[in-house]
Amino acid sequence: MGDQKVRRNEDRITGVSPVREMPPPDDESTVSLLRELVNHLRKNRTQLREEWARRITEAKLLGAMTSEEMFAEATSVYDNYVEVLETGAVEALQAYARDLSERIIPRGVETDEVVGIVLLLRDVLARSLFAKYQTDFQLLNRILDAYEPAANRIANTVAVGFVQERERIIRQQQEAIRELSTPVLQVRERLLILPIIGVIDSQRARQLTEQLLRGIRTNRAKVVVIDITGVAAMDATVANHLVQTVEASRLLGATVIVTGLSPEIAQTLVTIGVDLGKMNTVGDLQGGIEEAERLLGYKVTPFNEVSQQPI
Amino acid sequence: MEVPILKQGLYLIASIQAALSDVDLLHLRDGLAEKVGKFRARGVIVDVTVLDVMDSFASRTLRDLAHMTRLRGAETVIVGIQPEVAFAMVQLGLTLEGVDTALDLEEGLAFLDKKTKRHTSRG
Repeated sequence: MGDQKVRRNEDRITGVSPVREMPPPDDESTVSLLRELVNHLRKNRTQLREEWARRITEAKLLGAMTSEEMFAEATSVYDNYVEVLETGAVEALQAYARDLSERIIPRGVETDEVVGIVLLLRDVLARSLFAKYQTDFQLLNRILDAYEPAANRIANTVAVGFVQERERIIRQQQEAIRELSTPVLQVRERLLILPIIGVIDSQRARQLTEQLLRGIRTNRAKVVVIDITGVAAMDATVANHLVQTVEASRLLGATVIVTGLSPEIAQTLVTIGVDLGKMNTVGDLQGGIEEAERLLGYKVTPFNEVSQQPI
Repeated sequence: MEVPILKQGLYLIASIQAALSDVDLLHLRDGLAEKVGKFRARGVIVDVTVLDVMDSFASRTLRDLAHMTRLRGAETVIVGIQPEVAFAMVQLGLTLEGVDTALDLEEGLAFLDKKTKRHTSRG
């Protein structure tokens, strides 16, 4: 279990995307073309940025943001964009895309919106190039040759950054759910409860078993109540695993009571042919705890009944 | 390596000290089956805490041991199976059917006390 944690951390590091280097501009002419392009974009910054913001609003993208916020973000994206075109280094843009994603994902911005705005910017800039060089088609062609690969690379970087941020969040949440979802609780001396909620896959089943067997050992439990009311369905593999857990617990000297089986799970267990003699099942958690208390020799009596008895 | 067998009141305690070969296991089985009669023991505890692996031969021998001692008038309880070992055994289908198990020596003694008392009160 220890090395699982290590692996998790590595995931997080490698998850931050292998940076693919932009190939250096092929020759002198491309470099000078890109420089000319960048100068053009710098000069018309205000106008192009406004045009872009207008197009974003028109396309009803980024609806979750106010127009000021959108304009501020658009400005940073624009400046980053131009910088990447100039230097060819995508690292700064990647970091910015990650940062942007971190900020906007919680606000419900979708992947298609992010990709959409970057593609819009690409189009807006391409149009302005058309407008500028429409008299000289050869130059326009060469400018576009230099511009298009760089622009596509940028769009790609931003989209990948966004998706990776999403995936990182999903991984983090899965982790959190996994850690939260398997408590082994002691309710009385030698009586443990293991409430299971949600979907069980084989990995989670294995983790549950490990935790339960360890819990039996450390709490010196004699009876364990596994409550699966919160589990809607399980496949045959996981059902088998549950049966194995029951048997392994018995080898440690603990009796397992399974409670809250849904009709579907009951059917699965019958279909895979579980030996019901080995499985101790009770309808609900309350019944399970009562049965466990009986096995442990406890008797629960209401307080007033006790006090009425002659001493 | 021979397993020491200790007499403790009405019970015999076999405390395994190190990994056992197949021959050692058979010796343990036969020795216990014989000593149950000799000491008129009512219960047997086999402590397997130190074993970090339990193969099919070992679990079959332990099961045979439990059945043999029962036929000779003593209940056997296996104690101290490690959690990892328990799950590995179950996955291999070695579930020690019909053999009683307990968490450790203390639990095993308590179990035998309960079980043998029930027997005497019934008889």
